[in-house]
Amino acid sequence: MPQSFFGGVSFILSKYWSLFLRGTVITVVVSLSGTIFGFLIGLIVALLRTIPVHKSDKPLKKLSVRFLSVILSAYIEVFRGTPMIVQAMVIYYGGLSKALSGLHDIYKGIVSAIIIISINTGAYMAEIIRGGIISVDSGQMEGALSIGMTYRQVMFNVIFPQAIRNVMPSIGNEFVVNIKDSSVLNVISVAELYFMSKSAAGAYYRYFEAFFITAVIYFILTFTVTRILRFIERKMEGKDSYTIHGSQSYSKASIHITSESKTITGGGLK
Amino acid sequence: MSNINNINTNNSNSNAILEIVNLEKRFGENNVLRDISMSVFEGEVVSIIGSSGAGKSTLLRCINLLEEPSGGDILFHGKSIITDRQSISRYRAKVGMVFQQFNLFNNMTVLQNCVVGQVKVLGRSRAEAEETAIMYLDRVGMYAFSDALPRQISGGQKQRAAIARALCMNPEVILFDEPTSSLDPEMVGEVLGVMRYLAKGGMTMLVVTHEMSFAREISSRVVFMDSGIIEEADTPDVIFTSPKKERTRAFISSIL
Repeated sequence: MPQSFFGGVSFILSKYWSLFLRGTVITVVVSLSGTIFGFLIGLIVALLRTIPVHKSDKPLKKLSVRFLSVILSAYIEVFRGTPMIVQAMVIYYGGLSKALSGLHDIYKGIVSAIIIISINTGAYMAEIIRGGIISVDSGQMEGALSIGMTYRQVMFNVIFPQAIRNVMPSIGNEFVVNIKDSSVLNVISVAELYFMSKSAAGAYYRYFEAFFITAVIYFILTFTVTRILRFIERKMEGKDSYTIHGSQSYSKASIHITSESKTITGGGLK
Repeated sequence: MSNINNINTNNSNSNAILEIVNLEKRFGENNVLRDISMSVFEGEVVSIIGSSGAGKSTLLRCINLLEEPSGGDILFHGKSIITDRQSISRYRAKVGMVFQQFNLFNNMTVLQNCVVGQVKVLGRSRAEAEETAIMYLDRVGMYAFSDALPRQISGGQKQRAAIARALCMNPEVILFDEPTSSLDPEMVGEVLGVMRYLAKGGMTMLVVTHEMSFAREISSRVVFMDSGIIEEADTPDVIFTSPKKERTRAFISSIL
């Protein structure tokens, strides 16, 4: 066991690389799936919470919308108002562990982690997406209603795509937070990166070196994810160029407009 | 206070597309529309003029049920659209609307803007919808920009695309809510040109506008509104040259 810092780091890496690798894979799997499922939960909750109620609606609808909104805001308040590490303990020992007792330990940990992260992220996502929906100009809704689209059609075809685009940075942020915060799930023995690092560090009592490696891995993960998300955001902007079609009689003529230049393709322009 | 009792549907004129009967709209204590009654007949171009806050836009928005009327009734071919909520979507498809702020769908190209309603509301096939969309885009001179997103084109182009979107639904009447008010002066002409073309083609139109010479030129009737009521409604010649009411006279002289 070398005494120097870099010696220690390379020793631990060469001896325990597979622990770090498995921990990293599990961290990525649980935080990615937790973010995706959390997004879906948030989407549904935000949808339900933005259902408009008109004076002319039936009393039953008014009542159920009100009831639903109380339940959903309770969910949001509770899960945003308590730490995930505590939520993990309560949910896991409050029944989840027993419910998953048929599973192998590794899978039990992964499934528990995904469930807990999803529920927790869902609460945040619900508010993020609701904000995104509200931020879409009300003219978009009116324009769509005015051609006869139903509320549901407007939401799915017009409002949602714009709302999601607007909140992409916040959604990405949640993913990055989840990569880091999934580390607290070591308290219920999920074999993620932090949990594995502890095992690697504990064997030779080289905590500094082991967790230095862990920090580097976490940073590489979040940095990469941030870049990927930035790329996706740009894709979602839509193309920054379009093709000008010729008149119908000269349909082959087209001019391609980009932000920088104009290029003429095809023939037919006389 | 409701005017519901005054409605006499038997009295409805059969060739009126739209009949507005004792329409009321209140925002809290504020009576924005008071006892508005008017009809729109097939092929008519009715312009609504008046100062800001007179309730012109609110009237148009009530007709398309974007605002819930507080009282009175709106009849479409003699049938109340207020009591029959089931067919509101079909009704709106037949009553097109063009907005001051265009309200094109920002997440779709010009062509998609014109296609989505046909597919979702009218149940047309995508191919058929695109064919219709291209035809109307060509008519408003926007075929060339089919692939552009709303943020890539000018205000006048957006408004022409919005008119094409409304036309694609084959409406029986189109409501124009100050269609040129947010346009640069040099773009007003292209939009008015399209509207003039529609009017000549026999499209029934209800136009809220501040373009007085345009209103005078294309309208079959001009309605002057003042603080929530219809002060005077007559032919453009009467309204613009020899209005009968004092308020109308004051308004006309202030703008000419």
